[in-house]
Amino acid sequence: MSELTDLYQDIILDHCKRPRNFGQLAGADQVAEGYNPLCGDKVKIYVRRDGDRLDGVGFEGSGCAISTASASLLTEALAGRTVPEAQQLFDAVHAMLTGDPSRPAEDTERLGKLAALAGVREYPMRVKCATLAWHTLQAALASDPVRRATPVSTE
Amino acid sequence: MTPEVAATATLDVAAVRAQFPILQTRVNGKPLVYLDSAASAQKPLAVIEAEARFYRESYANVHRGVHTLSQRATGAYEAARARVARFLGAPDPAQVVFTRSATEGLNLVAWCYARPRLAPGDAVLVTEMEHHSNIVPWQMVCEVTGAKLVVAPVDDRGELRLDELARLLTPGAGSRVKVVACVHVSNALGTINPIAEISRLAHDAGAAVVVDGAQAAPHLAIDVGALGCDFYTFSGHKVYGPTGIGALWGRPELLAEMPPWQGGGDMILHVSFAKTDYAPPPARFEAGTPHIVGAVGLAAALDWLESLGQEVVAAHEQELLAHATELLGAIPGVRLIGSARAKASVLSFLVAGVHAHDVGTILDAEGVAVRAGHHCAQPLMERFGVAATARASFAVYNTREEVETLAAAVAKAQELFA
Repeated sequence: MSELTDLYQDIILDHCKRPRNFGQLAGADQVAEGYNPLCGDKVKIYVRRDGDRLDGVGFEGSGCAISTASASLLTEALAGRTVPEAQQLFDAVHAMLTGDPSRPAEDTERLGKLAALAGVREYPMRVKCATLAWHTLQAALASDPVRRATPVSTE
Repeated sequence: MTPEVAATATLDVAAVRAQFPILQTRVNGKPLVYLDSAASAQKPLAVIEAEARFYRESYANVHRGVHTLSQRATGAYEAARARVARFLGAPDPAQVVFTRSATEGLNLVAWCYARPRLAPGDAVLVTEMEHHSNIVPWQMVCEVTGAKLVVAPVDDRGELRLDELARLLTPGAGSRVKVVACVHVSNALGTINPIAEISRLAHDAGAAVVVDGAQAAPHLAIDVGALGCDFYTFSGHKVYGPTGIGALWGRPELLAEMPPWQGGGDMILHVSFAKTDYAPPPARFEAGTPHIVGAVGLAAALDWLESLGQEVVAAHEQELLAHATELLGAIPGVRLIGSARAKASVLSFLVAGVHAHDVGTILDAEGVAVRAGHHCAQPLMERFGVAATARASFAVYNTREEVETLAAAVAKAQELFA
C-alpha cells in the first residue's frame, strides 16, 4: 500500500479544511444533487452558464475529506471552461480515479491540481468519494435550466 | 467448564486468540487489530472445523432420504435447532425457525404475523435506535395494510425514552399499536434495552413484542422466558458463527397461527394441484433445502462461546469498553456518541475535523479495522445530528493493548488533519 500521505496530500487537506466556492452559487442556471448511500456523503453542484461556457461553479454538501476536496477542486478547475472541455476533464479525472492502481496514472500533468486526487485509486473503497462531485456535475450540466435534476448516485 | 469455574475464571485472551487463525493476518504491514465484530465476528477453529468435518463426514440433504448420511445430516441439523433453543432459553426446539439472518427473521414476523393483523388505525411501534432491518420491513407492511409506523425516541445518552414509549402505547396517542419491534442491543450505540419492561408495557397495551437480538447474542445471556417477548431473532455471523444462518424464536401459539412464508419443499404435509396442506412450525417456515452446514456451524459457535463462560466473556468485554471509553474520552476533540448506563462493548465516536470515513482509512493504515458510516441506522444518526460515526466494537478476542493501539491511531488521524 502507498503511504497515507499519498492519499491525504497537502492539496487535499487544504481543500478539505478550506473548501473553495462553497455555498449556494448566486444566479446558478443549473443544479444537481449527488448522494452516496453507502456512506451518506451529499453534494450539491451549482453551475452558472454563459452560453456554452461555465461562468461559475459552486458546491455545498457534507462528506469526507476526499469528497469535499474533490468537489472543491472541481469548482476551481471548471470555472471558465466550455461544456466540451468540462466533459474532457471529467473523462480524464474519471480515468485517473478508476484506472489500474498498479500502473502509474497517465496524463496527470494536464490535470494540474486535480492530479492530487490520483492517490485515491489505491483505495478502492474511497474512489466513489472522489467521483461523486464529478457525476453530480454531469447531472447538473444535463439538467433543465434552473430547476433541479433527479438526484444521482454513485452506488 | 463447570459454572463454579466459569464464575471465578478470568479470560485467557491469548488462548482465545490462538483459536482465530485470521487474527494472525497483517494489514498494511501492521498486526491486524479487528474492532469491527459488531459488523461481523471472526470465526474460531471450532466453527471452521465443524463445517469442514460435516462436509467431509456427514453431508447429505435433510428430512428426505432414508439413507445413512441423510439421517446423520438430519440429526445434526435438528440437534443444531435444539442447541439454538437452549441458547435462547426456549423450552422446545420446535419454537425455533432457522432463517438466513436476523433480517429474515424480522421480515418473517412482519409478513406472517403482523400483516394479517394490521389495518388502518393500527400501528407498529419501533424505536429511534433501530437498524434499518427493523424499520424497513415494518414500513413495507404498513404500506400494504394502511397501518402507521410510530417511533419511540431516545434521549441524549442514547437510552430509550420509556415514558414516551408508554405514552405511544396508550389509546390517546392516536392509533392502536399492535406490534412493538425493538432492538435488544443497539448496533450503533451499544445501548442495552430493558426488554422485560418493554414487553410488560406492550402486553398491557395488547401489542406483541418482536426483538432484534443480532447485537445482543454475542454479549448477553438470553432467556426469552425472562424477557417476556413474543419473537426473538438473531444471526449466526455476529455470534462467531457462519453467515447466511440465523434463527427466529416465536411463541408456539403465535407460530401455529401464522401462514407460510415461502412455498416449496419441506414446508408441506401433502401437495396436490387442488390443495396443499402445510407442515406445522418450524418446517412451515423453512421451504427448500436449508443452510444445513450453516446450522451446524452455528451450533458449534454457540458451544464454543458457552464453553468460555458467558459471564467471563461479558466481564472481559466490559473491561475493554471501559478502557476504550476512558482512553478515547480523554482525547481532546473526540466525542463519544452513546453513553447509556447499560451498554454492550460498542463505542461510536467522532473526531473533530476528521470525517468518519477518513478516520476509518487512517486507522486501517495502522492495521485497525473499525466501521465508519451510518451503521444502517440513519434515523439514529440524524437524531444525534451526525452523518456518520466511527465505531469500534470489542469482542472476546480483543485485548487492552489493541484498545491502546486504537487510541494512538485516533491521535494520528488528528495529527494528519491538524
